[in-house]
This record gives sequence, C-alpha cells and structure tokens, in this order.
Amino acid sequence: MKRRQAVSTLALIFGGTMVGSNLFLTGCKTEEKKTGLTDFSADEVALLDEVAETIIPTTSTPGAKAAKVGAFMKIMVTDCYEEKNQKVFVDGIAALQAASEKQFGKDFMNIDAAQRKELLTALDKEQREYQKSKKPEDPNHYFKMMKDLTLQGYFTSEVGATQALRYVPVPGKYEGCIPYNKGDKAWAT
Amino acid sequence: MPGDSTLVNINGKAQEDYTYDAIVVGSGISGGWAAKELTEKGLKVLMLERGRDFEHIKDYKGANKHPWEFLHRGTATEQHKKDYPVISRGWALNEAVMDYWTNEQDCPYTEVKPFTWWRSYQMGGRSVLWGRQSYRLSDLDFEANVRDGHGIDWPIRYKDIAPWYDHVERFAGISGSKEGLPHLPDGQFLPPMDLNCVEKDVAQRIKEKFGSNRHLIIGRVANLTAPIPGRTQCQFRNRCWEGCPFGGYFSTQSSTLPAARKTGNLTVRPFSIVTKLLYDKNSKKANGVEVLDAENNKTYNYKAKIVFLCASALNSAWVLFNSATDIWPGGLGSSSGELGHNVMDHHYNLGAVGKVEGYEDRYYTGRRANGFYIPRFVNINGDKRKYLRGFGYQGAASRTGWSRDVAELSVGAELKEALTEPGHWTIGATGFGEVLPYHENRIFLDTSRKDKWGLPVLAMDAELKENEMAMREDIKQEMVNMLEAAGVKDINTYDRGHAMGHGIHEMGTARMGNDPKTSVLNKWNQVWDAQNVFVTDGACMTSSACQNPSLTYMALTARAAEHAVDELKKGNI
Repeated sequence: MKRRQAVSTLALIFGGTMVGSNLFLTGCKTEEKKTGLTDFSADEVALLDEVAETIIPTTSTPGAKAAKVGAFMKIMVTDCYEEKNQKVFVDGIAALQAASEKQFGKDFMNIDAAQRKELLTALDKEQREYQKSKKPEDPNHYFKMMKDLTLQGYFTSEVGATQALRYVPVPGKYEGCIPYNKGDKAWAT
Repeated sequence: MPGDSTLVNINGKAQEDYTYDAIVVGSGISGGWAAKELTEKGLKVLMLERGRDFEHIKDYKGANKHPWEFLHRGTATEQHKKDYPVISRGWALNEAVMDYWTNEQDCPYTEVKPFTWWRSYQMGGRSVLWGRQSYRLSDLDFEANVRDGHGIDWPIRYKDIAPWYDHVERFAGISGSKEGLPHLPDGQFLPPMDLNCVEKDVAQRIKEKFGSNRHLIIGRVANLTAPIPGRTQCQFRNRCWEGCPFGGYFSTQSSTLPAARKTGNLTVRPFSIVTKLLYDKNSKKANGVEVLDAENNKTYNYKAKIVFLCASALNSAWVLFNSATDIWPGGLGSSSGELGHNVMDHHYNLGAVGKVEGYEDRYYTGRRANGFYIPRFVNINGDKRKYLRGFGYQGAASRTGWSRDVAELSVGAELKEALTEPGHWTIGATGFGEVLPYHENRIFLDTSRKDKWGLPVLAMDAELKENEMAMREDIKQEMVNMLEAAGVKDINTYDRGHAMGHGIHEMGTARMGNDPKTSVLNKWNQVWDAQNVFVTDGACMTSSACQNPSLTYMALTARAAEHAVDELKKGNI
C-alpha cells in the first residue's frame, strides 16, 4: 500500500491520469518476452471470464463477464507482463483447474457458482499467505494476478465505471467538501 | 515541411530569406515566452523546434478518450518499458502519453553517474507534460548563495524580477491563495482551488501545533479557475498531461504560441536541431545558428540579430559546447570555466503517507489537478538545521478507491459492493529539496558516442551530496511530525531514491552572475562572451531554491526579451 500511495500521490501532484491503474504502473523489469506463451484459447478466455465473474459477480449491476474481463486479462498478460510473470499466470490456470478437480472432482467450468466462490475464497486466502512470505523479487501468486486484473479490468471498463461506479468525464468544477451518504458510489476516476 | 502553414520554404531561397530579427531555439515554456514577447515587440522571429510539430487540441489524440478506450487502461506495456528505459524509472510510464516522450534509442546520453533525463522533443516541449506548480522565488533564495558561500551570488534580487512575475502570471493564469508569506511571495492569482475537508483540518492542526511557522496551503498552479480570452477554464478532469482540449492550463500550445502567431511575426520550423551558434569573432556576437534538419539530414544556416537559447538546461549547454570552439575549445561561454557545471535539480521521491480516521460522511466532486503545498519552514525565522537551505512539500488527501485492499473480503458480491463505495481517507506528501550548486556536478560532451544524427551526446556526472542527503532524512521526519500532530494514523515514510534529473528541474549549466570569470551569463541572461545571445531556460539558474522553477524561467525570459529589444534599439547588440 505504501508504494501504491506514494505513486498515486506523485501522479496526483503532477497531474498524471491514473485511470485506476496505479497498482500496475511500476516495479516490473524489462525482459525479453517469448511470444505464444499467452495465446489463450477461446476456452481459456471463457474460463478467465468465469473466474472474474466469481470475483466480481453480477448483482444489481453487471459483473466482470459483461465487462469482458477475460479478454482484458489476455491482453494485459500478453502485453504488460514480463515473461516470468506470464509463466506464473499460465501455470496458474492449470493450478486453478487442478484445485477444482481435487476439491470437487470437476473442472472450474463444471462446478456451480457456490463451489466456484468456495474455491476462489480458498485461493484468495492462499495468495494472501503467499504474498506475505514471498521475497520482493519473486512473482506474485497467480491468483493475486487474476484478482488484480479482474478489479482493474472491471472498474475501468465502461460497465464498471459507469454502472458500478460514478463516471463523469468532464466534471467542470471541484468541490472539496461535500456530504457523502453510505451507499453513494465512488467516483470511477 | 509538413504540418504548419507558417513554416519556411527552404528550397531555392536567397540568404535574406533565412534572415530574421531573432531566433528562438526551443519551443517549451521558455522558448514559447521568448517567441511571444519578441514578436509582440515587433521582431520577426524564427522559432526552431528539434522535434515534430504538435498541434494544440488536434494532436492530443487520447485526451477525449474514456479510460476503457485505452487498450491497457493506461498501463504501459513491456514494449514501452523496453523502448523507454529512462522514463520507466519514474511514475510517468503511461500508455496515454508514451509517444510524447523522446525516442531514447535515437537520443542516448551517457550516465557517468545515474541521471534521469525526462525529455519531450516536440512542439511545446515539456510545457504539455509539466506539473504546472508555479511559485515565486524570494530574496531568501536570491541571497542564499552569498549568505552561506555556496556557488556565486545571484546578479538579481526579488525586486528585479517581481514585476516580471506579475507580467507572466497575468498572462499564463496562475490560481492560488494570497498568504502574505515573505519567502513565498503572493502573485497575480486567479481564484484558488479548494482544499478538501481533510486537508483543511490538517492545515488547521498544523497551525495549532506549529504556530505561524508552518502553513499548508492550496497549490499555486497554472490551471485557469476563471476564463482567459481564447482559453476555457479548467474542467477538473485532471488529465492535463495528455494535452488539454479546453486549453485549461498553460502550455506553449494553449498560450504563448497563439499569442506569438497572432502578431504575424512568427515563423516556426520543427525538425530543426540547432547544432551550433554561428559566432563572429570580429563583432564578438553570434550572427545566427546552424540547423540540422532532423528529417532530411541537410544543414541550413539561419541569420538573426539576436538568439534566445531556450533548448532546456542541458541542451542549451550542449549547443554552447558546440559553438565558437575555434576560439574557446570548451565552447561559447566556457571562458568562465563554469559552462556545463553546477548542475542542479530538486531532489524528491520521498515523504510520508498515512490514514485519516473519520470524515466518512465527506467526499469531493471533480478531479482537482492540483494538491496542497507546504512552503519551506526550515533554516528561516530563527530555525536552524544541520544542513543548509530547505524544502517544501506537495501532497493531497483523498479517499481510497477500488484498488484498495479489503482484508476481510475475498471474492464475490460483498467485495464488489464494498469496492463500489469510497474507502477511508489518506493523506500524503512528497518533499522537494534544494540542491546546492557544486562545481563538480557537471555535464560535458561525450564525443565517443553519437546520436541518430551523428552528433556527440551529453554525459552526466552529477550527484546528491552530504547536504542533500541530510536534508532527505529531515524531509521524511518532518512530514511524520506534521502528520502525527494532525492525528493521522498508520504513518509510513517512503524514499524511492533520487538520481539527479529525476526531479525534472534540471538547471544551472550556464549560470547568471556578476563576474564573467565565474559565470556564463550576466544579469540580463546575456552570454558574457556574445551579448546578443540570451539563455533564459533552467541553464541560467544560479541556485535552485526549492520551488518549482518554471514560473521563474517565464519571468526571466520576458525580462530578458524586453532588455534585448531595448539594447537592439540602442544599437548596443
């Protein structure tokens, strides 16, 4: 959180637009990228959609699937991840499937919504534990990647920004102190 | 030349067509001001920009896109990181502006010591991308060198520049609050932006704890809070650096360039790398510049009575290094032994952040392209530290958004609902510290290495020293002290390190002074050794102060332009 805040403070000072992406702006070293590693199939994108939908489900507002978060993850992992992180993500898809098989005897696409939530809740716990103990230079846990990409992909999408959040492209003014009532949506940007 | 109707047609013209009253090298904040002031005084001006043309509004390609219309939602790609290794060191890696930054493969430089050089080689220079914070220097700053013996005395005092601050503030449009602080003089301000509730509360608590010595004020920023003819006021989108379709902040494109064009006296030539000033040893003046066309690689000479060198602190020194080398091997201005030396910057990248309890029933509307400012409070009014000079802080309070961690929720509807509401308030600030002028902090030509056009590149050999490092410790500690006094919780300091240049406030390579033996420029920004050459960008700075310097470059440029025209009329140059 420290670095995230520091980065967003700087960006705010210098007028940089963050578009909610401050989680992902820094910290990656440049490495040669092998092509093909992230040529996810339509089935894999569909799986990522379902993972995302489990993290951010349809409620009174559309969920992550409506925001095409699976396709977003593919783009991001392909273009914005260095190779060692791509590999963790790709292996993570298999690990997630294996965890589903182990717990429910079926792959992720064939378990129901409650089972999906149960599984991903466990994986989220696992990733939190892992993140606490890992060395700074080690890649993130694959499920942290999936969750972070889901939040970014959803809340910066049109449905996420305009329906789950409040989006005003041209505010026209700044007021620094207005009432906030519990339940009012946060600003998208 | 593509893209601009006022551009010169080069082919088949006689020498008189290459002749102007004045040549301005560079189109950033200083160059734009030079062009405006000189054309408005009736001079025929040629403005040379080494990069592409970059037209107001039309070329701000992303500025009206929604966040979801960016393929990576703003995130830079691995390819960007590979293409822009220098920009990748900082916070400005964002897909929305990547092509505003200079091509680093074409334009390398040598780092004897780590040096982060943020460059934007295109029309307007960094005036499109700049942070817009605009503060006056005061006599605390102009007398700093002579008081503690570091560097040389500034040849001017606040009274010399004050009317020029007035002049440039009125035109540029600076919003801010009048505070009556002698060391951060008030100016010709547009209405101030709001501090938000938390910032106001913290400001009050700092005042209670530290009395009249410390102030948390709204930033003074070159964003319009009231309309100025030809420009629309700030719309609080906070996307300034993509270029503002409303002209809501000061840039060359929104402000000085249209004013200069309106006179009918301006010619603009992009893709024009000035390789040297043409020096005439008989008259002891420059009579023009040599231009390498960055597109066709041909060389052209342009003649003028005066030259304003506004190519940025480091590149103006580069041009001087390459000029009049038959007389002075070290280049024009090197007779002082100071050309390229005394490189300064502001050191930053450190501060403190914390969590603010309460105010859950308060929020804000709009995206303020500004933050708060805490002016310098050390080593003044009887305060004495173990280091010299001082620092200010820039920061903001805000509520966290969807990217916050919600520890008690993992996945599902509860997480989603929680993240659709704003989180707790946080507050943080970053210090901006003065860097002393050290002779040994220098840049020089690396003739062993060439850029895309076969031109020798710059080598940077500069670093922070003991004084700055001691100040950095204090910057963190004092922010913690103030946040603690304000009741802020979970306070964390951060220090992401600082290489010279990272502050994007590089300066000092051709300093002003009273003595040609120790300075490159006189008190009117004239090169001692060629008095029709004026250097009015960051190169001219004799000390760095700790305030963001661009407003001072504007004022010095306008002041020098008036002097240049007066001297021309008198026949002195």
